[in-house]
Amino acid sequence: MPVIKSIEELKKIRDQAKDAINLRVDNDTKTRVVVGMGTCGIAAGARQVMLAILDELKKRNITNVIVTETGCIGLCQYEPLVDVIQPGQPKVTYVNMNPEKAREVVVKHIINNQVVDEYVVPNI
Amino acid sequence: MKELSLHILDIVQNSLGAKASLIEIDIEEDIKNDLLIIKIRDNGSGMDPDTIKKVMDPFFTTRTTRKVGLGIPLFAQAAQSCGGGLKIYSKKGKGTEIVASFTLSHIDRAPIGSMADTMVSLIAVWPNVDFVYKHSVGDRGFTLDTREIKKTLEDVPINNPMVIDWIKEFVNENLKEINGGA
Repeated sequence: MPVIKSIEELKKIRDQAKDAINLRVDNDTKTRVVVGMGTCGIAAGARQVMLAILDELKKRNITNVIVTETGCIGLCQYEPLVDVIQPGQPKVTYVNMNPEKAREVVVKHIINNQVVDEYVVPNI
Repeated sequence: MKELSLHILDIVQNSLGAKASLIEIDIEEDIKNDLLIIKIRDNGSGMDPDTIKKVMDPFFTTRTTRKVGLGIPLFAQAAQSCGGGLKIYSKKGKGTEIVASFTLSHIDRAPIGSMADTMVSLIAVWPNVDFVYKHSVGDRGFTLDTREIKKTLEDVPINNPMVIDWIKEFVNENLKEINGGA
């Protein structure tokens, strides 16, 4: 029987990761991405949105972004919600996210600094 | 919720909100007795007896952003509609344990869904919290313990993308194995 995902493999990954570790960037210079993970967000698909964001950041080798989560902020009808907070910029809230839209936000907003207006929360 | 793993993700948010540093998730598929038991245990702030009574009420929440708190009521309803139920054990200052039971073969029972996705989305965002996920099907089972993973990793953060991928595959392969596949 083949050994499942062994600890040996994890050790290899550890050594690889050690080599690749970047110099620690100060927290205030990092972009923060916040995914709404209340009951409403989760029911609307926030888990897949979060995984898509993590995957897109990994694929593009972006390490200066912190992905976190928050509870319900009372805009349940617009879930899944994603906030992008860049240092020195006002917070941008994206609504009705799905994995595809989230990947688009990573590329356009986080990497190329262009807010994706059509997904931003409408004025209420 | 379409999957029980989403309920688990949701209930764990309560534990995280209660400042837990260790969260244990047990899933037991007892084929012989046709039972599915899901336990979520934390060492967070816990609740006093009054609060425990109130959390089953969908119109109770400690949050101020809205007036409803549906996480526990939805999970309880899912269990009750499958011939089971939900119990809460909690002690102020000690922690909380939520136990949900289901008839395993009940036609209304939602699939467990992707536990790998649930664990990965928790560990990636909460690297400082420890998670122990145990899953058994009959007499076969496995454990994912982030404390052990961290020991192996030394100073590499557990939410390193390569480690996260490893965890995801670790969970998926073990689940396949205990379900008799592959």
